[in-house]
Amino acid sequence: MMDSLYIAWRYVTWNRGKSLILIASVTLIAFLPLALQLLLDESEQQLRSRATDTPLLLGAKGSALDLVMNSLYFDDSMPPRIGLDASEQVDASELAYAIPLYMRFRARGFPIVGTSLDYFDFRSLRIGEGRMMTLLGESVIGADVASKLGIGPGDSLVSSPDNLFDIAGVYPLKMKVAGVMERSHGPDDAAVFVDTRTAWIIEGLGHGHQDLARTGDSSVILQKDDDSVTANAKLMQYAEITADNIDSFHFHGDSSIYPLTALIVQANDDKAAALLRGRYQDHDSYQVVRPVDVVDGLLENIFRIKTVIDGVIVIVGLATLLTMVLVFILSLRIRQDEMDTIFRMGCSRMTMARLLLAEIVIIVAASALLCAILLTLVSANSASLVRYLLLS
Amino acid sequence: MIAVDSLHFSYPASTFRLSIPEFSAAPGEKLAVIGPSGSGKTTLLNLIAGISLPQSGRVFIDDTAISDMNDAARRNYRIAQIGFVFQDFRLLEYLTVLDNILHPYRISGALVLDRQVRERALALADSMGLGDKMKRHPDALSQGEQQRAAICRALLPEPKLILADEATGNLDPDNKSLILDLLFERVEAHSATLLAVTHDHELLPRFDRVVDFHDFRASGA
Repeated sequence: MMDSLYIAWRYVTWNRGKSLILIASVTLIAFLPLALQLLLDESEQQLRSRATDTPLLLGAKGSALDLVMNSLYFDDSMPPRIGLDASEQVDASELAYAIPLYMRFRARGFPIVGTSLDYFDFRSLRIGEGRMMTLLGESVIGADVASKLGIGPGDSLVSSPDNLFDIAGVYPLKMKVAGVMERSHGPDDAAVFVDTRTAWIIEGLGHGHQDLARTGDSSVILQKDDDSVTANAKLMQYAEITADNIDSFHFHGDSSIYPLTALIVQANDDKAAALLRGRYQDHDSYQVVRPVDVVDGLLENIFRIKTVIDGVIVIVGLATLLTMVLVFILSLRIRQDEMDTIFRMGCSRMTMARLLLAEIVIIVAASALLCAILLTLVSANSASLVRYLLLS
Repeated sequence: MIAVDSLHFSYPASTFRLSIPEFSAAPGEKLAVIGPSGSGKTTLLNLIAGISLPQSGRVFIDDTAISDMNDAARRNYRIAQIGFVFQDFRLLEYLTVLDNILHPYRISGALVLDRQVRERALALADSMGLGDKMKRHPDALSQGEQQRAAICRALLPEPKLILADEATGNLDPDNKSLILDLLFERVEAHSATLLAVTHDHELLPRFDRVVDFHDFRASGA
């Protein structure tokens, strides 16, 4: 067999173009379903583990999938908002406590997640460098954000404006990075965390500006009486919260309707969770969902689609196999003189078959090796690939 | 010694018939086989090599009846005892000159490829003027060099019989003469028998004997 392999190897390397096309075809047809399965397994694991870790989510009525994907994986879907009073209602029920989430803005491509300190305990996130955010305008960033942007504690990060051309829209806020989280190998690594109040300042619900009562610049005052002062557009608003201006920051309007995108609801026990779900079952404005149910539904759809893809791959695989057979048959025709020569010399048909088999073995072995290398690469990077392809 | 006795052959579904009552060649003898196209010259070579089997009659090489052997025995006998030289050389483009020369040893269990064989191949190629071309592929050789490589391949197993089918047909006059010289030299050195089909009547005086197919009864071609 070694002689056959040697001759076959010479043939395969001499006909590099044909061999490479065959190897590429076989590799792809083997790699695609295996890589897909690998990525699906990883995505299932990632989706389910985070969903399982999040008992209940409360959000506005609408798409449960958008609510889960936005709240758990910080994707771009924008579920309808709920008010802060929803959080107060959950707390008042004494059946659970609520962790607020407000996810609308981004900073240099990374989602800004407005939440409370409870979130970090709930997700078992720990500070790797620096300290936890304590003041308005401070942020803590995930490990990926820190490494990709090359920033750390003491640096600043500016939120992205909603619309460059809307002068009445959301203005960027320069946020101080107080700390960097330890890597958690999840979506939290690629998020910028701020207090919900900081997120509301980005929203424009709170702001800081010159103290009109103390300013010596009369040109900024439009109207002044005993009760109120009205400023004109010259009034300087702060785009960064510092120790010097933090006291000037304040909020306007009814705080109970300050926006949130979801609440992570941590029920006291199973009974409390069941009661809470019952209360919100027919609620006009809110819904309470079990993320694991929503994710299971999503996975069911993904696997249904995968079954179709598997079918397509089987058909394409068969087509590739038939093409390979055709290539070998045509190759045999082209090599008829060679076969005739070695037959006349005294080579048996079995040896001829062994020569061809050796060529197939080399092609398949090279494809298997290439496929294994590619699968190893996919496997080593499956977590980040899934986050990039499916959960970003 | 090659002997053919009362040989009759026909192809299925063909009117071609070949009958050779008697024919023999001694060791070291160099025979030219001539005759018109389609008269059965190549068929005779195939019958002698055991590639085709006669309907009746026998072919002997050194008292061994080739036509009586089974398929595997004929193949093994052929690769070890019969060397083929073709008009179009039939070298494999994807093998180097050395690998082409060693090729019979790699396609049959009847021959064993060892260090001595490799050394013999190098020496043979060197004596044929191919010593510095062993790592080249056939497409990098001239036609004369390709035929010399093909002769090395035929001679390496030291066969008793060399069957050359228009071996000089594709060569220029200088190369024809050179190839024939080399072939004759090797045949004499190994006391082999050479049976060479040729259309080139200028070369006939160089052979010991000429077998004219007009002497045999071939019909229907």
